[in-house]
Amino acid sequence: MIKSLIDGPLWYFSLAVFCIGVLWQLARIVFTAGKTDLSVARGSAGSGAWRNIFTRFLPRKEIAPQIGIQIVAGYMFHLGLFALLFFAAPHVLFLEEHILGFGWTAMPHWAFIVASQFAFLGLIILWLRRMLNSVGRLISTLDDHIAAILTFIVMLTGCFALLKGFSELRLLHRFTVELLLIYFPFSCLMHAFTFIPSRAFTGAWFGRRGIDA
Amino acid sequence: MSERLERGLGVLRAEMDKKVMSFFSSCVRCGVCAESCLFYTETNDPRYTPIYKTEPMRKLWMNEYSFWGKLKSALGISESLTEADLADWEELVYDGCSMCGRCSMVCPLGVDISMVIFKVKHALAVAGFSPEGLVGATQRAVDIGSPMGITMTTVNAMIKHVEEDTGLKIPMDVEGAEYMALLSSNEIALYPEYLESLAKIFDHAGISWTLSSDAFEATNSGLQIGNKKIAGQLVQRVVDGAEKLKVKTVISPECGHAYTALRWEGPNFIGKAYPFRVVHILELLDELTTKGILKTTGIETDRLTFHDPCSIVRRGGIQSQPRNLLAPITENFVEMTDHGSMNWCCGGGGGVSSNERAEALKLTVFNRKKSQIEELEVDAVVTACSNCRMVMEDGLESNELDIPVLGLTEMIAEHLAPKTAG
Repeated sequence: MIKSLIDGPLWYFSLAVFCIGVLWQLARIVFTAGKTDLSVARGSAGSGAWRNIFTRFLPRKEIAPQIGIQIVAGYMFHLGLFALLFFAAPHVLFLEEHILGFGWTAMPHWAFIVASQFAFLGLIILWLRRMLNSVGRLISTLDDHIAAILTFIVMLTGCFALLKGFSELRLLHRFTVELLLIYFPFSCLMHAFTFIPSRAFTGAWFGRRGIDA
Repeated sequence: MSERLERGLGVLRAEMDKKVMSFFSSCVRCGVCAESCLFYTETNDPRYTPIYKTEPMRKLWMNEYSFWGKLKSALGISESLTEADLADWEELVYDGCSMCGRCSMVCPLGVDISMVIFKVKHALAVAGFSPEGLVGATQRAVDIGSPMGITMTTVNAMIKHVEEDTGLKIPMDVEGAEYMALLSSNEIALYPEYLESLAKIFDHAGISWTLSSDAFEATNSGLQIGNKKIAGQLVQRVVDGAEKLKVKTVISPECGHAYTALRWEGPNFIGKAYPFRVVHILELLDELTTKGILKTTGIETDRLTFHDPCSIVRRGGIQSQPRNLLAPITENFVEMTDHGSMNWCCGGGGGVSSNERAEALKLTVFNRKKSQIEELEVDAVVTACSNCRMVMEDGLESNELDIPVLGLTEMIAEHLAPKTAG
């Protein structure tokens, strides 16, 4: 019964909450009033927005040495997670059979091991830094910790499920994924989508002022 | 709920636009911004982390615009923003932030933290949580027309001296002049050589210009304290003065926040576009040089560097112009380690230098600029903001460092080619 719940209604419910929630949050940003800047622009807001969306993937060289840990751990986690999410063999198969109708070449087992180690190590380092650094401790919220722990659990159950191959572990993994999907739109995990408008708004502001950003 | 808290909340709600929504929705509290802020790097106090300074706004967003906040509110367990929150953030926002905007350059999520801090400042100002020094300066700006209480009598006395020293007439209230120049309080009280330099440069370039007795003051205390209504009133005085004289261009002086107030925020403060152009003096000098109207001669042999004023460069986009102007008249120019749009602030921007309470903190954070200057072993520092100049002079003197700070406009005036040569 639990299996049919997790594989059936709960999956569809969590997917619906995720999709509607994400779209709702993005729509709120888009449809919230903004103010027209009446000053005469010096440069292009559009090109500033596009530039900023991409340039912020890399840290500025003036500050990179001071944030080395965040840069390395951040890249390890995000790239590792991306690889696991879209190139782990069970995920490719799942996406093909249940969502997209087409698939692509999955990464080999050794790459899965490397990607998962990168993702785990990156996430642990980022979380430890949050806990051990005075700035991190001061500014972190409960949401940050829940999001980190939930993501960790999802990755952990996923790795167990793949490495051990027990159907119970796969079911556990799927359940934690469903919890994550439900939590996602109402949490800081939304940054996976909202970083785009955030960077674009700021980039447009810099762009119209002709600032070297 | 107290009336002042209601006023503050009203401002925060009004300022909650799509940008702020996307900023708070994307911030993951990574703390990278801390390393960009000299108030944190020089004190190691985590409270000075830029994103932490936006906490009143984030708290409001969390309570009234997020799912969890609304749920908590429905259950009656939400933690509302209190008057104590606003009072607690006054010191952080006014004393511990120079509005330099360096944090906005480094946020991986693209959050314009400085912009949000200004919104918090606006709420605090309207709610009546502002430092005494800034309140007094703002009141004088509204009542007298200048934050330092400078009247036209003082300006006339300065003009008389400048005319005697240069032999040039300072045009006053000339209708139809092409340019209308403005002065900051510092340039009237501390650096009269700025007006002298303008007189020499415009005489050299042969362009028509004027001062306005109705609108000579560029300093905008409304922007410094964060009160948009007052900032708009002060901008409107300049607009009225320029419209009365029917000038084509208004020249912002060597003052960072005056440039921001007039060039970028002014039209938004008063709710309409200007019928004239606004240029910073460095932009104008660069334009005149490029067109061959302004010619310089002679070379400074001293080892010099340029301090980029945050409001002019990082938040204003005038980065190449000072370097274009310095290149032909210097032979030993060196850049600071972090320069241009990533330069470190002097520590006195955003009204910090007008806030007596922040004096000790301002000197502490000046250590960053001091290290930058010392590292280069320069003979002098050039800048283009009277406030930066004053803050750096104070800081260097407090550290017993005998390094002069020069105004760039003044340097250009000293290097004007003889008119006959042109």
